[in-house]
Amino acid sequence: MTRTEPAAGSTTWTADEMMSIAAARSLRDRQACFVGIGLPSTAANLARRLHAPNLVLIYESGTLDTRPDELPLSIGDGVLAASALSVVSVPEIFNYWLQPGRIDVGFLSGAQLDRFGNINTTVIGEYDEPSVRLPGSGGAPEIAASCREVIVVMRHKARAFVERVDFVTSVGHGSGPTERSVLGLRGAGPVRVITDLGVLEPDPETAELVLTATHHGIEVERVRAETGWELEVSADLMITAPPTETELRTLRSMRTVGDPR
Amino acid sequence: MAKIASLAEAVSELVRDGDTVALEGFTHLIPFAAGHEIIRQGRRGLTLVRMTPDLIYDQMIGAGCASRLVFSWGGNPGVGSLHRMRDALASGWPAPLEIEEHSHAGMANRYVAGASGLPFAVLRGYAGTDLPLHTDTISSVECPFTGERLAAVKALNPDVGVIHAQRADRAGNVQIWGIVGVQKEAVLASTRSLATVEEVVDELEPVPGAVVLPHWVVDVVAEVPRGAAPSYADGFYDRDNAAYRAWDRISRDRDEFGRWLTSLREDAA
Repeated sequence: MTRTEPAAGSTTWTADEMMSIAAARSLRDRQACFVGIGLPSTAANLARRLHAPNLVLIYESGTLDTRPDELPLSIGDGVLAASALSVVSVPEIFNYWLQPGRIDVGFLSGAQLDRFGNINTTVIGEYDEPSVRLPGSGGAPEIAASCREVIVVMRHKARAFVERVDFVTSVGHGSGPTERSVLGLRGAGPVRVITDLGVLEPDPETAELVLTATHHGIEVERVRAETGWELEVSADLMITAPPTETELRTLRSMRTVGDPR
Repeated sequence: MAKIASLAEAVSELVRDGDTVALEGFTHLIPFAAGHEIIRQGRRGLTLVRMTPDLIYDQMIGAGCASRLVFSWGGNPGVGSLHRMRDALASGWPAPLEIEEHSHAGMANRYVAGASGLPFAVLRGYAGTDLPLHTDTISSVECPFTGERLAAVKALNPDVGVIHAQRADRAGNVQIWGIVGVQKEAVLASTRSLATVEEVVDELEPVPGAVVLPHWVVDVVAEVPRGAAPSYADGFYDRDNAAYRAWDRISRDRDEFGRWLTSLREDAA
């Protein structure tokens, strides 16, 4: 895996580590966060160990305010129930907690994402004869609809960052800035997409995702080459601060349930 | 009062070819032993209903039990794809498989409607997604009070609901704790039901957060220790994550899967 050399010092990190750390930094303490498994779960649990010790983690298996000491491999691992403030049924988590807008941030990933932040986790190609059958929706469509805001964490590859997703599993900004309100979606939708190369945010006028930050050591041209649409670059392009020693040490100390010690 | 029987008797009595069957358990308490017994008894043409098909439906699909799958997330959690499900969808092996696909919120509400004796459920969901274009059990209704357009999903009423729980007493009252998923709704929505349990006890001790299904809504209880493995049973055993990872290799290849299936059939219940 490619390691990026910082300008000074001897610390190195992988692009995936930078992504998880940038995603963790985007969460604020005391927010209630609906967490998808995989990259979002890693980032949310990292945030809880760093600057957001009171982050409320909610998983769709019905675990409210869970504090796992190891990362779960699946959405309903025992470690999530054992460390939860409360465990509720699956209908309750969706109907009482997600649907009315009681959750601040939905933290999602996907197989494809388009210029308006729509997410596909269903099929690549045609629905009836797909070239790749993906797992499907899970909780994502309603997380994307009903959380106050959505943060997406995804590896930046041209085949994944496409002009238009093959299948809209979860609505981002549809096809423009007014579509969410026309559809009656109550949350703000994706406010940030954090990748292993940088950060994309929707333009306030057009809702199209534009590059607002590159991670330390990443060139804009590389991000453009890995994006399947003509990626606009913000006039105020930021550079993500490199990982600190504490961030890297904490991330590397987190193990997944069942991993060899 | 629920009947207490062996697993083989329970499956033989409750599950028939062509039935709509829901084996529920959200990561926790997945009724693997009951699914394996359905495979051994050679049921065919089943409509399998489950939010997360998981390994158990991958195995049942690969064994040729299913003709239709109703689901909302079909992967091997934390590992990757369900290869037997994908092979059935792409190549019709070992039998063609139709799908009816929802979101988790939609499936959960379909069970709630079924359990509540209602024909459909209302939710804020699916708006702007491509799912309603492909799934005819998703529609919409206008709220009679506000005029708001809301998603409507058809109730689920399986012929048979199957769950695994920690305990039952001798009358057949069934106790579940930890992540309780949609098991209560799945049992109440179904015409017939089977609960496999870790142990049958004289008296159920109260457990914080437990769900109790009373004996008159459960048809048959079968004592099957480790009946949820390789998933887990809170208070009894942990999830066997290594088995979930190993399934990826076994399920990728039809011959390798065939050897797994032969050993399952020879391993009499």
